[in-house]
Amino acid sequence: MTVLVFVEPDDELSLQAVTLARSLDGEVHGLSIGPAQAPVDVLHVAEIEGTYAPAASAAALVQLIEQLAPTAVVAPGSDRGNEVLAHAAARLDLPMAANVTDVRGDDVTRQRWGGTLLEEARVHAELKLLSAAPFAFPVGSASAPGRVETFVPDLTGADTAVRVVETVGASTGGVALADAKVVVSGGRGVGSSEGFAILEELAALLEGAVGCSRVVTSAGWRPHTDQVGQTGTKVSPDLYIACGISGATQHIAGCKGAKKLLAINDDPEATIFSHADYAVIGNLHEIVPAITAELRKARGG
Amino acid sequence: MADASSLPTSARAVVVGAGIVGNSLVSHLAELGWTELVLLDKGPLPNPGGSTGHASNFIFPVDHSKEMTQLTLESVRQYQEAGVFTQSGGIEVARTEERMQELRRRVASAKAWGIDDVSILTPAEVKELVPYIDESVILGGFYSPTVGIVDSLRFGTIARERAQAKGALSVFANTEVVGIDVERGRVTGIKTSRGDIETDTIVVCCGVWSPRIARMAGASIPLTPAVHQMIDVGPVPHFKDTKGVIEFPIVRDMDTNMYERQDGSGLEIGSYAHRPILHDPEDIPSNEEAALSPTEFPFTEKDFAQQMEDALELIPDVLNDESVGIKYAINGLLSLTADGLPLLGETPEVKGLWSAAAVWVKEGPGVGKSVAEWMTHGESEIDLQSSDIARFYEHQRARQHVRARAAEGFNKTYGIVHPAEQWESNRNVRLSPFHARERELGAVFFEAAGWERPHWYESNAALLEEYGERINRREAEWESRWWSPIINAEHLAMRDRAAMFDLTAFCIFDVTGPGALDVVQHVSMRQMNVANGKVVYTPVLSPSGTFKSDLTVMKLGDEHFRVVTGGAHGMADLKWYADHLPEDGSAQITDLTSAYTTLGLWGPRARDILVGLSSDDLSHEGFPFASCRTIELDSLRVLASRISYVGELGWELYVPIEQGARLWDLVWEAGEPHGVVPAGIGVYGTTGRLEKCYRAFGFELDADFDVVEAGMAWGRVKTPDFVGKAAHVKHREQDPVAALCTLTVDDHSSKNGAKRYMLGREPVLSKQGEPLVDAHGRRSYVTSAGAGPSIGKHILLSYLPPEHAKVGEELLVEYLGEQYPVTVATNDSTPVFDPENARVRS
Amino acid sequence: MRILVAVKRVPITGGKMVLSEDAQSIQTRHLGFTISPHEECGVEEAVRIVEAQGGEVVVITLGPAEAEDQLRECMALGADRAIHLVSDEEWDAQATASALLDAIRSEEPFDLIVFGNESADAGNYQVGIRIAYALGLPVVTGLKGLTVADGRARCEQEVAGGRDVYDVPLPAVVTVKEGLNLPRYPSVPAKLRANRKPVDARPVERAAPKLEKLRLVVPEGQGKQAEILGHGPDAAPAVVEVMQKLGVA
Repeated sequence: MTVLVFVEPDDELSLQAVTLARSLDGEVHGLSIGPAQAPVDVLHVAEIEGTYAPAASAAALVQLIEQLAPTAVVAPGSDRGNEVLAHAAARLDLPMAANVTDVRGDDVTRQRWGGTLLEEARVHAELKLLSAAPFAFPVGSASAPGRVETFVPDLTGADTAVRVVETVGASTGGVALADAKVVVSGGRGVGSSEGFAILEELAALLEGAVGCSRVVTSAGWRPHTDQVGQTGTKVSPDLYIACGISGATQHIAGCKGAKKLLAINDDPEATIFSHADYAVIGNLHEIVPAITAELRKARGG
Repeated sequence: MADASSLPTSARAVVVGAGIVGNSLVSHLAELGWTELVLLDKGPLPNPGGSTGHASNFIFPVDHSKEMTQLTLESVRQYQEAGVFTQSGGIEVARTEERMQELRRRVASAKAWGIDDVSILTPAEVKELVPYIDESVILGGFYSPTVGIVDSLRFGTIARERAQAKGALSVFANTEVVGIDVERGRVTGIKTSRGDIETDTIVVCCGVWSPRIARMAGASIPLTPAVHQMIDVGPVPHFKDTKGVIEFPIVRDMDTNMYERQDGSGLEIGSYAHRPILHDPEDIPSNEEAALSPTEFPFTEKDFAQQMEDALELIPDVLNDESVGIKYAINGLLSLTADGLPLLGETPEVKGLWSAAAVWVKEGPGVGKSVAEWMTHGESEIDLQSSDIARFYEHQRARQHVRARAAEGFNKTYGIVHPAEQWESNRNVRLSPFHARERELGAVFFEAAGWERPHWYESNAALLEEYGERINRREAEWESRWWSPIINAEHLAMRDRAAMFDLTAFCIFDVTGPGALDVVQHVSMRQMNVANGKVVYTPVLSPSGTFKSDLTVMKLGDEHFRVVTGGAHGMADLKWYADHLPEDGSAQITDLTSAYTTLGLWGPRARDILVGLSSDDLSHEGFPFASCRTIELDSLRVLASRISYVGELGWELYVPIEQGARLWDLVWEAGEPHGVVPAGIGVYGTTGRLEKCYRAFGFELDADFDVVEAGMAWGRVKTPDFVGKAAHVKHREQDPVAALCTLTVDDHSSKNGAKRYMLGREPVLSKQGEPLVDAHGRRSYVTSAGAGPSIGKHILLSYLPPEHAKVGEELLVEYLGEQYPVTVATNDSTPVFDPENARVRS
Repeated sequence: MRILVAVKRVPITGGKMVLSEDAQSIQTRHLGFTISPHEECGVEEAVRIVEAQGGEVVVITLGPAEAEDQLRECMALGADRAIHLVSDEEWDAQATASALLDAIRSEEPFDLIVFGNESADAGNYQVGIRIAYALGLPVVTGLKGLTVADGRARCEQEVAGGRDVYDVPLPAVVTVKEGLNLPRYPSVPAKLRANRKPVDARPVERAAPKLEKLRLVVPEGQGKQAEILGHGPDAAPAVVEVMQKLGVA
């Protein structure tokens, strides 16, 4: 029995997908477009000319499925992972379960509502197409694959018709939100767009990025690019500092990838505290500048 | 993640609910010297999620109700003092002629309650103040410059912190009440999600959740959560350059039951026009479950479709702009009651359990102050009689009753409500034993305390011919509504012959036992230590010597007193007496309201009629005025009481309720040869009593005036102590600054020639048209108004300052925007009809 | 330009999910409904294109009778008409795609078919792609930028460190994300107009699901016990200590 996992280079979510694949019965084969590191038994490296073309990746995946006849195909729960898997599902006319957290025979548990709700579902198909819910699986050692094989997919013009023709830089000058090691995020409690100045100062000092909740973008205080949440950016920093954020479902879905969460809120009963590792209770407008000052002092000393 | 400090194990009082009411209340309790207070709320602060959090926060001070106006004015004073009031002005606009008349009536109410800064505007004047309105759809407006908006959440915080600063209060947010301990009808403690507190006083200020909390103690706070729809639109280009939160007057589009107010760069539109949407207090989501707040329900757009059309018509300049979007829309929950008034005071079911519920932002701080005073002194400066939670009879607490009346009242939020307007829903709940007879006689029923009472009888229409010219017909529709000239004909027939009255709605209770005399003596102003068989009419005073009630007490035996009081206020009176029962159990109260019916028979022929049925001595000497005893009428034994509220010879006849129909038939048959007529409450409550200048509780008699001013300080002050005695004695020693006078209208002609008749609550003005204000700052207004068919004049009662309280003094009364000449007929309790009171003593 | 936008009625959830007794759905008794944010941006984008270039915006949904409210919301944003596939049941992604496909085929061809990248509630990430395959059209997902001109669509997708750009010929299928634009608030006249626009309601029968929902579960253990570093500004040293420990200071 074989399990096939689609991996992308340098992608933590792909390694999480491998962990899911490893939990299933069978030899774990990987498919990557271009070289990648993944602890699979066999890694099939497909070389596809040019830039990313989702249909081409999917064509490669489907052809490898036909070759290996796996019982399950796992993709990372990233935008691309879900995209390629959905293309494959469309090509194969098979069901696809996105953001899976657990597999028991034909039954899967998958995330809904950005992970704030789970669905137990039964897959009625010989071949299960699953994407691994982000941060639901631990990452094993990023050891090298047992064996690497080159895979040459047979691509048509249609497979490569839709592809990245250009990549333009992000408009923001600072650290991109999605990549930041520290995110200083503000919610309704910040009060105004001017109120974000103290958050920006702290973020700059920590070489991090500023984020915000959905109410903030709705109020027009920050651009949507700063929004962390189910429909905004999903972040996974080492430290997420939530300032004046109540902790609505929509927001938690975007920051639960953070390794540690520090919440600053004047309402000790705010929902955010039940998701936090550290809490400071009080007025963020006093606390955030105090942290900035303390940090400067610590560095100065 | 609770605050580390834990709940105290005991408290002097626990206030539940940190909305506008609870916060105001704790600050006033602390002000009055209370300590060890605890304020709880299940939600977070400063906005725990109740109705205060989504209130539209504007205040129109003028209301036809004196009580509500006083509470609102007091609230505005407190909001201003706390610095959270922004004056904006407000305009109620009219789209119909009928509404214009109503607006003129509001001007009169404003002046009657001391708000002079109001005026009627033309459409062009409205447009000048509110440039974005389409003035072509309105006929005019009622402008109140003192209208404003408040920050009710901020006020709550300030109020709460005042009590905390005094060291009198601990506050616990996110703390839910899970139970209330009651022992022997008395609060002993409260159970919360954080622990238990021993206390003998709990105040429920929980808005829409109040019924749920009260039920934990076995008490009822009869209100229903109901939806009020609001939308916010913006940004409005017209408001681009406005500075503060509000610069334009708030507009109430009365005929569409809507309001529009500027809020920064946006416009808030609210509606009371949609179908009544009632919810159940048990079915409100928790703070966690709710997407917004537990009292902000999802907007139901279909219910707002017509309102959008209406708003678009009135303010097209703002709303027809495609760039002005609907940014926010909610179905906000608020509290409604069966009669539209708040629920204040100690619950009659459980001692120590107080209610301060069904209160809106506009009266919140005033209610907080008044309830705090009530809890401290046993009364409040502002009379809360209409809002007293003890006012309800059992059926009026039923869920279906509350829902039916709340639904009916909801669309009248901005309605034109006639002073005599009758409810349509949930009628025929309490029927007297005479009901079938009355129906046969074509009775037109008005409701009182749930009872159906004949107001007049269509079968008496023939009397109109009999009295011809003596009966005046009302020309204007407004005064003819809920009225009939037959009332005046019944009145004349009573004065000429005799009339039968259905008085079943009386509230009757017995005070018995060895301690009974002490109880009635302590509660009543007049001497109760009288011979058995005496009937005493007595004021019941508050501690400050103003009116708590007025009623009659029959002394039936050495340890047996029967109290008879008006149906409308009966339950509150019952509670007041019960509150004064001795701890030792030596006196008891038994409510007999549903055990006895009362038939009134009055008129010059009353004795002749009863003599035909009885062998008892009914002569003036044998059965003098102000006495009572059991007599036999044909086959019935009847408790007869010789008093009168219409100034005629006659009796109140009491029998067990199942014998009522028989009593009616006996009197009817015996009366026929004497020309007896059935007469309605139109005579008993208005024309009959006004000709005799008899005062009525809730009209002339309330907490604003004392016994001396009411002209009722007859005789000596009795020796035994009674509630309000010290104050009453003081009142007697002072020169009164107002006197209750009887006035008659000299000319009814309005400008358009139609004759108009005041209905009550109009301002009384000097001959120069200036309002009359007494030394205590109280305005003169018409407390009661009605026809005096026997004297051929329209009669008004009013408290006047001494310089105007002179017989023959010529004054003016403002009615619907016009002024009418009136003259003071008497300046004490001397009646305008039969001034010697010969008839009752004949 | 004829544009179809597919939308879905979803509840506006609060802080806590409460399930129905049979665990088949979330308790929505106290909740309002909306279209999910991605799709709202899709409708806004379609309306803007048609406002600039002329044409028609049609919205389609598969949902219960009450989903008409969401179609009216879309029409208040400027969509011209609506197709409502009426069903009270929840459909899996394959069946949904198949039902939408039948409806799309019954209409004149569209130049652009717009989906949300994923629905807020089910999060299946696949309906738009399945439709594209069935219609033989190019598909680009997760758009945060879209320019339609000269029979082509320039599509921008946010990726780590920048934006990937695709350029596809029309007709095409796109799936979009919130942030593509800032949707307008509907005006009062737009709301009133929306009430008069046509909704073509068509009953549909659900096929047996291939991904069959058995039950919903509220995940446990969300409640962490946070370590309180302090109250007010005095907590700053403790915060910096934590930052140093985590190596981010």
